[in-house]
Amino acid sequence: MRIRDLSPSDFRTRLGGDGIRLATGPFNCRLQSGIGEIADELARLYAHHTLVDSSAFTDFHIAVQPGHGLRRWLRPQALFSVDSVEPFTPLPRAQALPMLEWGLNWCVTAYSQHILVLHAAAVARGNRAAILPAPPGSGKSTLCAALVNRGWRLLSDELTLISLETGQVMGLARPVNLKNASIDIIRAYAPDAFLTRPVRDTTKGTVALMAPTAASVEAVATPATPTWMILPRYRAGTDAILSPMGSGNAFLQIADNAMNYHILGEQGFEAVGRMVDSCQSFGFEYSRLDDAIAVFDRLAAEAESEAR
Amino acid sequence: MSLLVKVFRQPDEIRRLQAHEWDLLVRQARHANLLGRLHHRLLAAGLATEIPRRPANHLLSGAIMAGQQHHSIRREVRFLRETLAPAGIPLILLKGAAYVAAGLPAAEGRLFADVDILVPREQLGEAESALMMSGWQSTALDAYDQRYYRRWMHELPAMQHIFRGTALDVHHTILPPTARLKPDPRLLVEASVEIPGLPGVRTLALPDLILHSATHLFHEGEPDNLLRDLTDLDALLRHLGTTPGNWDALVARAQRLGLEGPLRLALRYTCRVLGTPIPVSIDCLGAGGPGQRMLDAIYYRVLRPQHPSTADAFTPLARKSLYIRAHWLRMPPHLLAYHLAHKALFPPKALTNPLSDDKPHENPDAKKAA
Repeated sequence: MRIRDLSPSDFRTRLGGDGIRLATGPFNCRLQSGIGEIADELARLYAHHTLVDSSAFTDFHIAVQPGHGLRRWLRPQALFSVDSVEPFTPLPRAQALPMLEWGLNWCVTAYSQHILVLHAAAVARGNRAAILPAPPGSGKSTLCAALVNRGWRLLSDELTLISLETGQVMGLARPVNLKNASIDIIRAYAPDAFLTRPVRDTTKGTVALMAPTAASVEAVATPATPTWMILPRYRAGTDAILSPMGSGNAFLQIADNAMNYHILGEQGFEAVGRMVDSCQSFGFEYSRLDDAIAVFDRLAAEAESEAR
Repeated sequence: MSLLVKVFRQPDEIRRLQAHEWDLLVRQARHANLLGRLHHRLLAAGLATEIPRRPANHLLSGAIMAGQQHHSIRREVRFLRETLAPAGIPLILLKGAAYVAAGLPAAEGRLFADVDILVPREQLGEAESALMMSGWQSTALDAYDQRYYRRWMHELPAMQHIFRGTALDVHHTILPPTARLKPDPRLLVEASVEIPGLPGVRTLALPDLILHSATHLFHEGEPDNLLRDLTDLDALLRHLGTTPGNWDALVARAQRLGLEGPLRLALRYTCRVLGTPIPVSIDCLGAGGPGQRMLDAIYYRVLRPQHPSTADAFTPLARKSLYIRAHWLRMPPHLLAYHLAHKALFPPKALTNPLSDDKPHENPDAKKAA
């Protein structure tokens, strides 16, 4: 059973009660919230995710609740907690939904040292993954959202998970975090995609979340092989240009963007080395999304014909 | 008995666990800072293949995190030796750093926040200068805290390295000078032993490590780590028990240092809570008077994983009583009254805890939710 099979009122009741238990890639999450106004958008963001039985093991017990006492009325707040620990200072109530997403990212990062966790987007064609590690402002999420709406499968927008045993990318297929100008760009580019209402004045500016496609979520359990490591950079007016990157530089780009490289020690070094070996690495400048996607499609087609 | 403690005592119990019980076990272990140690415990019991995949990932994550911290502790120890040796100051490790550097079983899966060292009182000033020259700085505290530490405490205000961010506690004895018990730190320094293979790096002798752990647990332990500290004691006592004659030496040492009280409590609660084997010749399980029953009421509550699933109506009271008791043991009444009044008027910024009935203050380490 998937979230989309629940009626809106059932979803709302569960969210406010024992919680919505859903699977996102390798993690089972229980989401609870007494902030009713996020229910409808949350249900659409996770529409295609599978519901998990309440007797199953849950990796993260997450809640976003309204503040206590007078706070409910005066400058209302949202408090994030994971199994009753509150790792963050509260945010304004209007930011409850982005906070839930950021909190879930925090859980994955803080509690998962059995995998390599990269701050990177990842998309796949078939079983080949393109990994896009990049600093904020590089257009990574915009490019990721565009690719996902043109036939690429979303593995993850924010955190790329690499198995230490197999070196494969494990998908999360969670919502894509769009910021500022990219919200309208993606609205125009993919009118069918579901985007939440924009939330203003967050630490990242205005944000909106885009639901992953049904195909991405339904294939989330299928891992993909790191095949391309692409460092995107949006530059106004430029053509889409791929420039090959040396393996030393590629290694540093990946290690720099690994959240737990320093914790994994030797295992982390091996995992990053293995990734560099299995990937073609590029720097990538782009301005027009269609051009950028043509480049990605060409890479996929080349890999496909080589494999034949 | 909490599920976590049950599994610690009887690792075989995991064969019977359902998925939702694994869920609870992992949550309790996380709250008690014992994920990594539980991982080692289950592996040592030959149960690696009995742990389902999802909980195994969390246990392994805890063990990897602990492993990384041990790595960084061993590196800090080398830096400390380089800093203190030229000034002729011995490097004597305490607590977690000692367990890790000496490779004791009590190190397994242990998470910790800082390195603790013991410096002879007469060399304290020199040690502080040498450390500051190497980049350790007193952490930002107000003037009251600086004065409090320097006048009344057994350690300098916590230090932090400006580049590596590692935390260091420099002790000159193991209890505040104002405490009712007054173990002589010179005896601890004299009995300290060099770690084989690590010239210039010493730890307290094993009986003294145990007595320090016990003294710490029953004088100033923070509720969130008490069960973790008790499992330290369990591992240390089991290690002690592997050599015949050690138990008598431990009791004699406690008498010499005037620490029979903390030792008695340590043996009572390791034995009762964790089933630590203790020779019958040592009587530590007597019912005791009303004072003991009161302590039991407190300690049986705080020596659980501090997770909502183990709390009862008296847990917040037990946590608060422990705070008061710890201060009561550490200071004479007039000083205690003054100190508590100051802390009430100018509360410190505290971490939130799910079992605390205090309102959460700003968390200084809180990451931005982004």
